[in-house]
Amino acid sequence: MPNAAIEMIGVNKWFGDFHVLKDIDLTVGEGERVVICGPSGSGKSTVVRCINRLESHQKGTIRVDDTELTDARGSIDAIRSEVGMVFQQFNLFPHLTVMQNLTLGPMKARGLSRAEAEERARKYLARVRIPEQAEKRPGQLSGGQQQRVAIARSLCMEPKVLLFDEPTSALDPEMISEVLDVMVELAEEGMTMIVVTHEMGFARKVADQMVFMDAGEIVETGPPSEFFAAPRSARCREFLSKILQH
Amino acid sequence: MRRVPLLILCLLALSGCASSSTWGWYVIDPTTSQGMTNIRFLIGGMGQTILISVIAAAISIFLGLVIALPALSERRGVRLINRIYVEFIRSIPLLPMLFWVFYGLPIVFKSMGLNVPIDPFWGAIITLALSDSAFTAEIYRAGIQSIARGQTEAAQTIGLNYVQTMRYVILPQAIRRILPPLANQFIYIVKMSAFASVIGMQELTRRANELVVTEYRPLEIYTLLILEYLVLVLIISAGVRWLERRMGSDERT
Repeated sequence: MPNAAIEMIGVNKWFGDFHVLKDIDLTVGEGERVVICGPSGSGKSTVVRCINRLESHQKGTIRVDDTELTDARGSIDAIRSEVGMVFQQFNLFPHLTVMQNLTLGPMKARGLSRAEAEERARKYLARVRIPEQAEKRPGQLSGGQQQRVAIARSLCMEPKVLLFDEPTSALDPEMISEVLDVMVELAEEGMTMIVVTHEMGFARKVADQMVFMDAGEIVETGPPSEFFAAPRSARCREFLSKILQH
Repeated sequence: MRRVPLLILCLLALSGCASSSTWGWYVIDPTTSQGMTNIRFLIGGMGQTILISVIAAAISIFLGLVIALPALSERRGVRLINRIYVEFIRSIPLLPMLFWVFYGLPIVFKSMGLNVPIDPFWGAIITLALSDSAFTAEIYRAGIQSIARGQTEAAQTIGLNYVQTMRYVILPQAIRRILPPLANQFIYIVKMSAFASVIGMQELTRRANELVVTEYRPLEIYTLLILEYLVLVLIISAGVRWLERRMGSDERT
């Protein structure tokens, strides 16, 4: 097992009285790709959102690259600087051009010059295969293009880990593959990734580890070969039969 | 629809000209020298009205943002600061607040060992700005809260701090929604500045009052006064529409 990029030990979270995460233990090695699936409301997005403190956990330990996530500003900043995030709704900044979306973080948070930031932005725009859209506004792009810009925006921060929170769920079917292709390439380049998705074809192709969650718990984990061929728990079998029947 | 009040005023004026017993337009007849002097005197207050309104609005626009930001905090105690300020200031009628600031505040300063005289000019500005800031704060809060939560989250994940998130991501989007109601508030300040007349500010209303006392022609003079405010507000409205177009506030998103 390579060094752990992310370690979650006994993580618990409540929204009021609702116990959303129950004793989550998850270790993601450097360069490892983990796919989390499960029915809606199972807490899979919350797991990802806890890792970069978009949600706070109340119990347990989360470590990213040996930095423990605490309430301290320094710890949160240090972790966010290593963790990129791609959202279901893209969350691009609509008032900025694609180029400005990409250079904002590097210039303001990392202190790069405009020239350096733009050079970096062009590199990653080419990588997500939309170099020609730099001067457009997000609203002028298709959903698939917007999500690829969002991926490029995360890459511009040069994170060690990328989190994907249902990155293709808001896309029209014909645009899903253009986003997944980019993600497969990232995986092949060795990026550490945690992906919440229902795209099981993608999961089979890139996942090192499958995680199935239900009702706030990790019910089952395993390599995709075992996970898809012989799920051990009944809940996982039922879930897979539902999403794989088409 | 906007022409209706103008139309009514024109009718009033015409009917007035017809029966000279009720209307005495000579007081502000530009063809006579006395009329012209009177008109100059009345319009001369325009500068002061505009000046106190603009300064008060500028302070209120800044103060409103400062007051609005705690409302967006996740901590209840911090949000409470905003609530108390807004509810307290919003509930004070302008005239009592003006009296308090003009006659009361200097005493407070004196008791603190400070010698800060408050003249009518700054008394009016402080009052207008304070009173208006509670409303602009609510406008900012609504505007900022209307920006999707995901925008803040995305800004956080690319490492922006609170100030950067506001400055580069949230406020530029919110301002397009905030501008029209903010402009409304400016018009409100211009009108409320008339209260400054009671503490002796030589602005439009004060001058009209003074002329009425010497000329005994309230109907004509106050009619002109109303027209002065009308012109002022119409000019501001036109300016705001130009600004909205420039910032794209008139576009649907």
